[in-house]
Amino acid sequence: MSSSEFASGTGVTSFWAQFGKFREAGLFSIILAIMFFTQWKNPNFFTFENMDDLLANASILGILALGMMFVIIIRGIDLSIGATLALAGMISALAVSNYPGTPPILAVLLGTAIGVVCGSVVGVIVARFGVMPIIATLGMMYVYRGLTYIVSGRRWVSAYQMPDSFKDMATARLFGIRYYIIVAAVFYAVFYYFANHTRTGRRIYAVGSNPESAEISGIHAKRLTWLVYVIMGALSGLCGVLWVAKFASAQGDTASGYEMNVIAACVLGGVSIVGGSGKVGGVLLGTLLLGTLQNALPMINMSVFWQNAIQGAIILAAIIVNTLVKRNVDRTNLARRPI
Amino acid sequence: MPDNATISLDKPFAWKAFFLQWEWILFLVFILIQAVNSRLSPYYLNADNLLDATMTFLDKAFIVLPMAFIIIMGEIDISVGSTVALSAVLMGMANKAGLPMPAAMLLCLAVGAACGWGNGFILTKFPELAPMIVTLSTMIIYRGIALILLEDQAVGRFPAWFEYLGWGYLGPIPFMLIVFLLCALIFGLILHKTTFGRAVYGIGSNRVACLFSGVPVDRVRLLVYTLAGLMSGVTAIFLTSRMGSTRPNVAQGYELDVIAMVVLGGISTAGGKGRMIGAVLAVFTVGFLRYGLGLRNISAQVLMIIIGLLLIVAVMIPNIRVMLGGWLTRRKKASS
Repeated sequence: MSSSEFASGTGVTSFWAQFGKFREAGLFSIILAIMFFTQWKNPNFFTFENMDDLLANASILGILALGMMFVIIIRGIDLSIGATLALAGMISALAVSNYPGTPPILAVLLGTAIGVVCGSVVGVIVARFGVMPIIATLGMMYVYRGLTYIVSGRRWVSAYQMPDSFKDMATARLFGIRYYIIVAAVFYAVFYYFANHTRTGRRIYAVGSNPESAEISGIHAKRLTWLVYVIMGALSGLCGVLWVAKFASAQGDTASGYEMNVIAACVLGGVSIVGGSGKVGGVLLGTLLLGTLQNALPMINMSVFWQNAIQGAIILAAIIVNTLVKRNVDRTNLARRPI
Repeated sequence: MPDNATISLDKPFAWKAFFLQWEWILFLVFILIQAVNSRLSPYYLNADNLLDATMTFLDKAFIVLPMAFIIIMGEIDISVGSTVALSAVLMGMANKAGLPMPAAMLLCLAVGAACGWGNGFILTKFPELAPMIVTLSTMIIYRGIALILLEDQAVGRFPAWFEYLGWGYLGPIPFMLIVFLLCALIFGLILHKTTFGRAVYGIGSNRVACLFSGVPVDRVRLLVYTLAGLMSGVTAIFLTSRMGSTRPNVAQGYELDVIAMVVLGGISTAGGKGRMIGAVLAVFTVGFLRYGLGLRNISAQVLMIIIGLLLIVAVMIPNIRVMLGGWLTRRKKASS
């Protein structure tokens, strides 16, 4: 059930599926190579504590990348998620600091609700008024970021203002595993099912592959586009609360520029920026690659200042290798086509 | 935003269409902002003050000019902010290492151009790649290199005359404004009066058709991206001159500010449409809006919201017009 099967015609399906497998296997072996190299340099890498840290740190990125995957599949892009995340995080942090008795789950729901509102505004602008996604989300990024500063009165909500019950979310464990990891895992399972086995999920791929023919075959392309941005908003809102609880501080510039990391995780995971294809498994691997790099580089005493350049180089290398492989595949397909 | 790509040779001059152009609306907004600003502060409306104000927002405006080219081509470059940082950092380090300042400035421009050329090189070698993704990765790489070079340090101690570039005047007019207007004139002439400029519009309208009609698509794209890098180098010089020192984290988010100004100037991200005068007007409109709100102590955050909304409304207006038109004709049909 790969999306690339969906995007290409019949006949070449098996080849595309093989290519998809190859791609994910390649990504997976890169991750493994980085992990074993790190383990060789620093035996503390493959310990429960470190793996726990790695996954917990990658969980927020991973959840956001899921939402971004659908946005990119439907031929959009969302630059406003960093700002949505900050706004939702800030408002829920203000709520728990003013009413310390609030149960954390209520804060999570509040953040998610704010995310839904933010996302649906973006969705209306993109789907109903036909504004290019990059411009609409860029504009709303400014709006949400400005609102974050205004609701907070340009002050921070710091650790001592938050009740312990709220901050404990980040460290709480179920069966010895942190809640953040469990939440991310549940989202991956749900979205895997949603993307591959539900009508709405498949229709999102259809709209992304060819909006006109999807519309003609009776799919409400606009409604689906709106829905995708609402999902993205909801996930950003949720992640806003998780982020604020994890760092125990809510600031006006929380997660500024984080949207680029999320897009990078998707692109690494093989989500095509022209829309129509992308897999949950790929996004998971893309997230894990970025998460592993972030965790591994400090462990092998690589200066933190090298991290950006290495990450960027890996992303660039991945997309170029991807293109070369794809060209090769296309050429082979062309040669094999029966005349 | 009217369709600028159509060629009208023998149509009579349409006054209505002329004044309904986006650039006129932008100009009216600009005048409105000036009027409101001068009502808000009695000291606002005098020539010296207005000229001084331009120095507060012109540094990133240099990138707006080539970015207009890129967006008219239907592409995007989000690595310009990082290019500014990298070229500024290298200029600072070269100066510190004892290179004479003029040579360091040349190095800054060269580094900027090289960064832009790098983007263009990858994009022309792999034309199927989306510019957004390629420049996203080079955005991370360029700033990453700046971080490797300078870590969390800052470099400064530039010669005294270097400060003149960002703060000085030529007669009553700020030096930076003169340079910007000259650059804008040159870029405008290139875009509207040369084959190269027409090729930029052509690529934005239909890249494949351009390729088949013998337009050197690769060469044009490579040159446009290199120009974007070069102008990022110019921005780096003026920004550093105004700040007096530089760090690897300068110019963060410039790319989005610049794209916002280009789009506000009526240049469509779909490509093939828009004019240089619009982008230049948008630079001054946003700049004076920011300056005026600053005078009233209205926070920069409110300004962010206003710019964000302006951006969306500017792009929405033509769509709303189309939607309204469709609704009206449907009503007419229904009634008749």
